[in-house]
Amino acid sequence: MIQKQNIIIVKNLVKKFGIFVANDHLNFEVREGEIFGFLGANGAGKTTAMRIICGLSLPTSGEIKVAGFDIYKEREKIKRNIGYMSQKFSLYPNLTIRENINFFGGIYGLSRTEIKTRTTNLLEKLQFTHAANKLIREIPLGWMQKLAFSIAILHKPKIAFLDEPTGGVDPITRRQFWEMIYEAAEQGITIFVTTHYMDEAEYCDRVSIMVDGRIEALDSPAKLKEKYAAESMNDVFLKLARIQLHESV
Amino acid sequence: METQNQIAVKVGQLSRSYGKVKALDLLSFQIVKGELFGFIGPDGAGKTTLFRIIASLLLPDVGSVKVGDFDTVKDFKEIRKITGYMPGRFSLYHDLTVEENLNFYASIFGTSLEENYELIKDIYSAIEPFKKRRAGKLSGGMKQKLALSCALIHKPEILILDEPTTGVDAVSRVEFWDMLKHLKTMGITILVSTPYMDEASLCDRVALMQKGKILTIDKPESITANFKKEIRAVRSDNIYQLIIDLREYRHTESVHPFGQDVHFIEKGGISTTATELTDYLHQKGHHHIHIQNINAGIEDCFMDLMKEE
Repeated sequence: MIQKQNIIIVKNLVKKFGIFVANDHLNFEVREGEIFGFLGANGAGKTTAMRIICGLSLPTSGEIKVAGFDIYKEREKIKRNIGYMSQKFSLYPNLTIRENINFFGGIYGLSRTEIKTRTTNLLEKLQFTHAANKLIREIPLGWMQKLAFSIAILHKPKIAFLDEPTGGVDPITRRQFWEMIYEAAEQGITIFVTTHYMDEAEYCDRVSIMVDGRIEALDSPAKLKEKYAAESMNDVFLKLARIQLHESV
Repeated sequence: METQNQIAVKVGQLSRSYGKVKALDLLSFQIVKGELFGFIGPDGAGKTTLFRIIASLLLPDVGSVKVGDFDTVKDFKEIRKITGYMPGRFSLYHDLTVEENLNFYASIFGTSLEENYELIKDIYSAIEPFKKRRAGKLSGGMKQKLALSCALIHKPEILILDEPTTGVDAVSRVEFWDMLKHLKTMGITILVSTPYMDEASLCDRVALMQKGKILTIDKPESITANFKKEIRAVRSDNIYQLIIDLREYRHTESVHPFGQDVHFIEKGGISTTATELTDYLHQKGHHHIHIQNINAGIEDCFMDLMKEE
């Protein structure tokens, strides 16, 4: 078997806001093609780290490489090689499904013919062909999240960053969504995902748990459960994150 | 005034639409005084609309809602005195300090922080050291505690909490539910909505909601006990492949990932032995296969009811 390469390399990442240390010497790697769960309590520093890795903000210090590119010098190249979706912002509500696909296809630099074929394929795959001209604000949330994910990987990025992609979604759609994630990972797209649903942590190949600006644990769900003598990832999370809660309000 | 009967909230034939969208479709139910009652469902189920109507902040199209003896349309002024409402979005004054927000809400209701300090003590004490800080500068967890304190400051009989744990991490969610349990012991009726199915077991009764309708309403343990289908939890070294292979198995009714397990239901009940199923999965290349018959959880029930709709 071919040794999987590290597609994200983070060494000694530090991010300070004034005297507050949001990220305190983070060290980790994400392997090509894996589903990597990035967990932590509210305020643990996940969003800060994710913004840096996506090339949206600069660290105070540290070495970071994403898809082979340097975070300081090659941020534009990084952005071209990643896809991003979040629960909060994903698609334009006043554009139709088709217009959103067109728009993001253009942003990601796809040619007109590529956009056309990929739009047809995407609509068929999601069974949205009949609804292509509906406005996003008229479609159910579950559809919207599936579409947002498909659009985030429309340009076949090396890495897809998903920030709480399943918040508020019904339990069936949530599971369909995860099957789409598995499928994308099978095709070689690395998935970097955050979630508050601890059952979803179990679906990841490896999981890191941030506590108070640091990575307290990083391993496969099975190994983490073994190490912390826990029944589920929920227990692992509670054991690790509870410490933090009692140190700071 | 004491309420005559033990019904805290009575909803009858309630409907509400936004244009063509039916947000609430003929809901009828009652909530008993002192209950911790959960409304569980995804976004778009109608939870917020329902709460806004109960809190007298929105008018129903059809039907009626009574809180205690008061009608939410006619007696809205009375209702506001006895209800505490915490909306899903942080709605306090960002520019006021923690203390100023509390004093403001207390004075609106003609009371003071001192008068009802006992009620909010446990919740407020965690943020009291920051009482001079502006609300906008608080962390998520602290904002939530302040919002709950403000909703409680006038000693309401009924507390209405719209998705207080959405986007909140697992640890803070546990803490929040501990606070609710404590408030319940003081006799406050609590209506709480959540998209997290696992929070159902923490309520006395729950209504499972989807697209403006109540799928079922009961004690959580009764809902799960009434689930008629047999479920097997299946595990192997490759969840994604396991889902695909189980779906192709004969007699399959449903296959859903549940954390480290896959819940597998066969049409008309279990018709294959665990050995047969293990053999099949071995053949498909799975290792570390583990099969167990399990009882349904709320999420199993919810998904099953969703499909019936």
